[in-house]
Amino acid sequence: MWRALLHRTISLVAALAVASVVIFVMLQAVPGDPAAFMLGLNAQPDTVAALRAELGLEGSLPARYLDWIGGMLTGDFGTSYTYRVPVAELVADRIGVSAPLALYALGLTLLVAIPAGLLAASRRGGVADWGVMGATQLGLAVPNFWFAMLLVLVFAVSLGWVSAGGFPGWSDPVAAIGALTLPAIALALPQASILARVLRSALLDTLDADYIRTARAKGLSRRATVLRHALRNAAIPVLTILGLQFSFLLAGAIIIENVFFLPGLGRLIFQGITQRDLVVVQSVTMLLVFAVIAVTFAVELAYTLADPRLRRR
Amino acid sequence: MSWAFRIGALLAGLAVLAAGVGLVWLPYDTASVNIAERTLGPSMAHPLGTDHFGRDMVSMLMAGARTSIAVALLAVGIGAGAGVPLGLLAAARRGAWVDEVVMRGNDLIFAFPSLVIAILITAVFGPSAVNAILAIGIFNIPVFARVARGGALPLWTLDYVMAARVAGKGRGRISVEHILPNIANLLIVQATIQFSLGILAEAALSYVGLGAQPPTASWGRMLADAQTMIYTEPQLAILPGLAIVGTVLGLNLLGDGLRDLLDPRLRRMRM
Repeated sequence: MWRALLHRTISLVAALAVASVVIFVMLQAVPGDPAAFMLGLNAQPDTVAALRAELGLEGSLPARYLDWIGGMLTGDFGTSYTYRVPVAELVADRIGVSAPLALYALGLTLLVAIPAGLLAASRRGGVADWGVMGATQLGLAVPNFWFAMLLVLVFAVSLGWVSAGGFPGWSDPVAAIGALTLPAIALALPQASILARVLRSALLDTLDADYIRTARAKGLSRRATVLRHALRNAAIPVLTILGLQFSFLLAGAIIIENVFFLPGLGRLIFQGITQRDLVVVQSVTMLLVFAVIAVTFAVELAYTLADPRLRRR
Repeated sequence: MSWAFRIGALLAGLAVLAAGVGLVWLPYDTASVNIAERTLGPSMAHPLGTDHFGRDMVSMLMAGARTSIAVALLAVGIGAGAGVPLGLLAAARRGAWVDEVVMRGNDLIFAFPSLVIAILITAVFGPSAVNAILAIGIFNIPVFARVARGGALPLWTLDYVMAARVAGKGRGRISVEHILPNIANLLIVQATIQFSLGILAEAALSYVGLGAQPPTASWGRMLADAQTMIYTEPQLAILPGLAIVGTVLGLNLLGDGLRDLLDPRLRRMRM
């Protein structure tokens, strides 16, 4: 048990270390000098020199890396070149949009996928099963940003129920949730399709098991068997996929936040890229990668705790 | 053959045909602007109408198919080209340090949010079709490595591999002559899935302006252009989206069908 925990923690730290090196090297390896890259073609030499000094580009690569990592660990993410404010402030500001959006989408995903997966598995081969499988097959093929555009077309343009984009801020929670609804639906569609299919196949696997037959034989109803025995045992593959989906939700948010002009982390990173603000890009990417790796770690930990068989690995 | 497989083959075949024909012939030039004929409805001359620059939509969709399929196909090529040898190597040296390095490297790439890194790569090295191919291709490598290793491991315990070893064949030669042909089915099915994911990734990258650059037509780019006109010309946003959905759906159904067809043991698999 403790061994497994230690093993996972070591691989977590190793993954984060390698990830930070990869991100650092990639952004320092931009064609030419980072300062010149950020300022563009028409920059004066003394402006470039000033920015070089500001970014600390005079130091050696390892020293700059340690400087950056030390800052990240103590909450100093550097100063944005375009906004002229600490990146930590920008992140704190934007996370108030991205985190609720991701949670909202995750909630919708579960709300749709669990009943759909249960329905398909319990009516295996029936009309409901075919319906769920067909719908999820379609859900997998639809690019979420296109689905987002269609949602805007129907619910914002034709019906006028919600605004087509933008974010009113949390001072008016109802309007804020309204503004996040279409983006969350767009993000949830492919994730719910994947999850429903995984849940269905995990349930079908457990439904073949002996203990299910025993439960049925001792007189438990079909419904109670599925809910009490099969669902619990199907939880591990579902949890694994759910952890992976967090990474897709974050990445998807970059695109979706751009469709709806939502001031979230995804839009921040994208604006950083178009404005060549490498400080923002480097630190925000690292934070996103950290979030993904940490969630994967938490999920692994959760099912190591949930399943005694995995503890002895 | 199931009906799903047939529909998949039809849809995917249509997209590949459109791309193939588009390589040598397009009904109209997609690089020239003709404002006089902008946003026309369907007609005999333009069956799907024209876009906001007066370009024929059929030609644009064909040129877009060409870009999407070329990018996704080359990305699969990178993934399989690097991933399969790595997976075979890891399986042949199971438990050795090579295996450990390959698998930990895989875990690491898996841990990255792929689209974030793809966006980063294209942003740093400039938006272009080539960088999009590389960005998507890199994330295909661990997938193929994992499938190849997983497929190869059980084969190494079989009698005919043992016989080949007794006959004096090296691990490399066994991998190529005996293991690879026997995992080809798995790899073909995985290639179909990665192909469809590649089409989606290319569409997303070119939608945010980090894929193929104008005047090269691409479905994602067409959607981005159409977004500002969604109030007045919704068909411009609907047609490229349908092209993407049709191609991806076709490839997914084709992949499922191929898996059932190539491996009878998996016919009962229910995913």
